[in-house]
Amino acid sequence: MPITLTQIFLFSFLLFALTRVILRLKSGELSLFGFIFWSGIFGLAMVVVLFPGITSNVAKILGIGRGADVIVYISVSLLFYLVFRLYIFIEDIRHDITELIQKLALRDINENKKSKSKQK
Amino acid sequence: MKILIGIPAYNEEKLISQVVRSLPKKLKGIEDIDILVVDDGSTDKTIQKAKEAGAKVLRHILNRGLGGALKTILSYAKKKQYDILVTFDADGQHSPLDIPKMIEPIIKDGEDVVIGSRWKASKHIPFSRVVINKLANIITFLLFSIWTTDSQSGLRAFGKKAIKNIELQSDGMEVSSEFFREIYRNKLNFQEVPVVVKYTYYSRAKGQSLTNAPNILFHLLIRLLR
Repeated sequence: MPITLTQIFLFSFLLFALTRVILRLKSGELSLFGFIFWSGIFGLAMVVVLFPGITSNVAKILGIGRGADVIVYISVSLLFYLVFRLYIFIEDIRHDITELIQKLALRDINENKKSKSKQK
Repeated sequence: MKILIGIPAYNEEKLISQVVRSLPKKLKGIEDIDILVVDDGSTDKTIQKAKEAGAKVLRHILNRGLGGALKTILSYAKKKQYDILVTFDADGQHSPLDIPKMIEPIIKDGEDVVIGSRWKASKHIPFSRVVINKLANIITFLLFSIWTTDSQSGLRAFGKKAIKNIELQSDGMEVSSEFFREIYRNKLNFQEVPVVVKYTYYSRAKGQSLTNAPNILFHLLIRLLR
């Protein structure tokens, strides 16, 4: 069965996503559990892209009549990835704000001490 | 040995001074006892009341959640090189009489972390709390491979090694489970000690609710997957 342009595009995108997962594991930002989860998701998606017949079989088992709608699938996978990235980004910002607030709180006590010792 | 009793507080003007005043002034084997209240951006008179009761107070200018306040307590304990840190809830649900029991395993047995478990001592625990805690315990085990009878306990004691090594990331209520990840990650010894928890209308309104559970689970999962 010849490979279509869509398959090449989707496969490349998933391969890119998989490399991001590996890089994140290497940099220590992703736990082993996270690595297994995400590489499993993207790996499975790659198999489905290469052998689209699998989806029809799954659709039959689940009782879904329609086959793969390529545009919807691409959009959903892209959105899923982007929402995940965005969520992490927001979490990081929240984390940074907390760190700032914490530093300010700890600085307060140092300054109080300094002003007290000056008074003495 | 010097000990820090850290209390995260958010809008706790009603009980904070009572809680601070109830804490022990003397403990066996301890020379210095300091009480630190971290005010997590309260809009009421929590700071004033805590200071009047004799506690040191650190102020978060914005509300960051329980995890944020506990992080500040830990940083302070690390910076000031305390030997033991006890975290104590501000809503009056814990008994100060349990503190000596909490620190004993650290002083005598060299434990790194002691968790106060309400399931071993308290008798009348509301059903909603039973469900929340059991669920949280299972999730804690699945995520962090540590079995505990009270993953959501706010009464904890930490030895020097734990104070030095625990790095919290969560800002919200999910921090309670995160302590177990840190116990696992840093290979810390931990023990559970039975403690009494008093459930009042006030403390139940302040604590975790079942509707909050999916949010906590979601945050824990995101922390793992990021």
